[in-house]
Amino acid sequence: MAVVASESVVEALRRAGEAGTPVRFRGGGTKLGWAANRGEPEIELSTAGLDRILEHNAGDLTAVLEAGVPLARAQAAFAEAGQMLALDPPDDGATIGGIVAAGDSGPRRARYGGVRDLVVGVRVALSDGTVASAGGKVIKNVAGYDLAKLFAGSLGTLGAILEVSVRLHPLPPATATAAGGSHDPDVVARAARELSHAPLEQLGLDVRWGGGDGAVLARFGGAASREQAEAAAAIIGRAGMQPEVVDDDESIWRVQREGQRSADWAVVRISATQTDLEDLFSTVDGLGGRLVGRAALGLSWIQLPERSPEEADAAIETLRRRYTAVVLDAPAGLKADHWGPLDPQARELMRRVRERFDPAGVCNPGAAP
Amino acid sequence: MDGRVAERTDLGPLVAEWRAALGDEHVITHRHQLRTYESDGLLQYAVTPGAVVLPGSTEEVQAVVRSCHHAGVPWVARGAGSGLSGGATPVADGVLISLSRMRRILEVDLDNQRAIVQPGVTNVAVSQAVGPTHFYPPDPSSQIVCTIGGNVAENSGGAHCFKYGFTTNYVTGLELVLPDAELVRVGGKGLDPPGYDLLGAFVGSEGTLAIATKIWLRVLPKPEGVRTLVAFFGSTTQAGEVVSEIVSSGIVPGAIEMMDNLSIRAAEGYTGAGYPIEAGAALVVELDGSEAECSARFDHVVAICERAGADSIRVARDETERELIWKARKAAFAAMGRIAPNYYVQDSVIPRTRLAEVLGRIDELASEYGLQVANVFHAGDGNLHPLVCYDGRKEGEAERAEECAGLIVKACVDAGGSITGEHGVGMDKKRYMPEMFSDADLGAFQRLRCAFDPEQRANPGKVMPTPRLCGEVPGPYRQHPLEQAGLAERF
Repeated sequence: MAVVASESVVEALRRAGEAGTPVRFRGGGTKLGWAANRGEPEIELSTAGLDRILEHNAGDLTAVLEAGVPLARAQAAFAEAGQMLALDPPDDGATIGGIVAAGDSGPRRARYGGVRDLVVGVRVALSDGTVASAGGKVIKNVAGYDLAKLFAGSLGTLGAILEVSVRLHPLPPATATAAGGSHDPDVVARAARELSHAPLEQLGLDVRWGGGDGAVLARFGGAASREQAEAAAAIIGRAGMQPEVVDDDESIWRVQREGQRSADWAVVRISATQTDLEDLFSTVDGLGGRLVGRAALGLSWIQLPERSPEEADAAIETLRRRYTAVVLDAPAGLKADHWGPLDPQARELMRRVRERFDPAGVCNPGAAP
Repeated sequence: MDGRVAERTDLGPLVAEWRAALGDEHVITHRHQLRTYESDGLLQYAVTPGAVVLPGSTEEVQAVVRSCHHAGVPWVARGAGSGLSGGATPVADGVLISLSRMRRILEVDLDNQRAIVQPGVTNVAVSQAVGPTHFYPPDPSSQIVCTIGGNVAENSGGAHCFKYGFTTNYVTGLELVLPDAELVRVGGKGLDPPGYDLLGAFVGSEGTLAIATKIWLRVLPKPEGVRTLVAFFGSTTQAGEVVSEIVSSGIVPGAIEMMDNLSIRAAEGYTGAGYPIEAGAALVVELDGSEAECSARFDHVVAICERAGADSIRVARDETERELIWKARKAAFAAMGRIAPNYYVQDSVIPRTRLAEVLGRIDELASEYGLQVANVFHAGDGNLHPLVCYDGRKEGEAERAEECAGLIVKACVDAGGSITGEHGVGMDKKRYMPEMFSDADLGAFQRLRCAFDPEQRANPGKVMPTPRLCGEVPGPYRQHPLEQAGLAERF
């Protein structure tokens, strides 16, 4: 595969469009396996040279980043002003462009929203050489179509993301997590449900389940984080678990994030609702898998154990009979489609969208929905 | 002649079709009745539509859109008509599709924090349906009349959107009737449906892509506590510094709203809420959340206001006092009638840190044009609502006001802001689009438009500053059927 230096991403993409040569875009290279079983393009365009933090407007809580900026580096810069970009997906080496293109998220989504909620503007290159911007640099703006959302999660199939404008938040001063564990899936699910409807302001509300063991985690940050965590602990206790409140809680949440990835196992992302939790837990048990999930959002990540690709395909098939499941990490040989079944009319509309933005059909074509 | 307009135009055969499909009483062609629909909330734009139809179901919407598709007739969808950008201004040779009859709440699923509604349901009805335990956060000032369908089209915000976000953050599913009358379902109760984020692309598209006939909304548990205060300052600059300090200290108020002296005087004269009319600025701060979090932070906000030299601070002790504080803020637009017979509202956004500078520029422009400009704004997110006051009976004053308003918009864009924060582009602001977007940017918007509506029948003449054609999809490459079926790759 030929790798093209990033300063010429716009030009290289234009030439690929002209020649009809498929390309894909590479940021930190952490999610290249997603949808890779649909074929890999001939050329890879790296955003490594697009690595400037163009603006950090601390007073306005906004920033403009080039696509190749590693999230960790941006976070370090924002932290100096007591701020953060409230995206915390796994993969320390991921770039902002890659995270946006993949629509990836972590536990903080429960409070701050995901990529689609935090990206307020985008600058993209298209396969006909066009460079266009949409949105802006202010957090409130309804002028023009919201192409930032269209490109978020599009896996590089519409064009190259060159820059993104983001909304920042103040770093929560002190955090505390209320946690409880149980071997009874119904107890874990019930506690999660109670917490998601409680009038508390969680930074995160997660569950995990696998191998007959589970936990619920509610994180708080702010002036009254300890009090809120204790209120959450009381709810966990009433649901039938032994609760504890942890102040030094960073590592707990790191484990939750890591549950969204696997080097060897297949990982699928489930879009469900919060009342599906009990059923999801028992489905996961049936498949011998492990789950981490954002309880209030109905989003879960299921790791399917290392088996033959055929068995993994069968497990994904089982999940898809009941749930919307997108395949993320996939071991070699897995056949299951990345996106899974889609409403035929919606797929046709997506095809038309792609045809307009990438008429040459060269942008990571295998990953198109 | 009985005054039926459509019979005199080529809509005639369609009108007969619609009467058969929707029932006689749901097809309006009488000139006097049509005039009810000639404007939305922005009265400067008035066009009598060729006909008005009031479908009662998704199938009826499809029937109307299908006949328009075959006959090449443009259409405009309308909710309550309370929009402020002329986004629902009809087209003379087209049909206005009013969704006001589709006002059923189809499902309330509090366990999953969802409500499924038809587009004609009002904003406030959603909060009522999910209350008292839950609420629907986007709260435009017109929430008693405005509809969810209209909110989706405009990506409506409201006073609480600095903390809670906009309509786009609360729509999890849509059923859409495309301009070729195809029905598409995008998303549902779950988040992150597979494929492109068509929900994100659609919300805020101002009726130019399709008609939403069913909408899945996320609702939230109602916050436990609410604390509200209004603090008065000598100047908007001083109040602006307080806003920055509150926000940078990590406090995210449920709402933070500012009024300048002119709006205070107008609102006070109108409501008698007890605002001191000599104050240079009023700052309404509302915190909500858990009781513990709320009280800790509220004390902090009071301290910041005191330190910044607030002339006085009024804390609401109960719901009645809270309502009184809000009454002045919410009445600000209506109260402008006390200052001038007419006003021109702008909706520009600026980065919050540029507030003093931009307000200074607005003052300069106001004196240059000899007009009064009142400022009411959502201070947290920098969304200004400058109200350029004028007297339309005076020769040329309306034009001067419009010119002045245009320069205010330009000043906001030059400061790194936007031409519209929540009212939408519609008819009113399309001429300002080139201030913010290059030709290539507008071309990218057009690509999305053409994917949904290649013949551009949906709300034509809005958003884009100049008409653009869609044309055939360019480019040398089309997918081979084998590729489409996933049976071959093109290498």
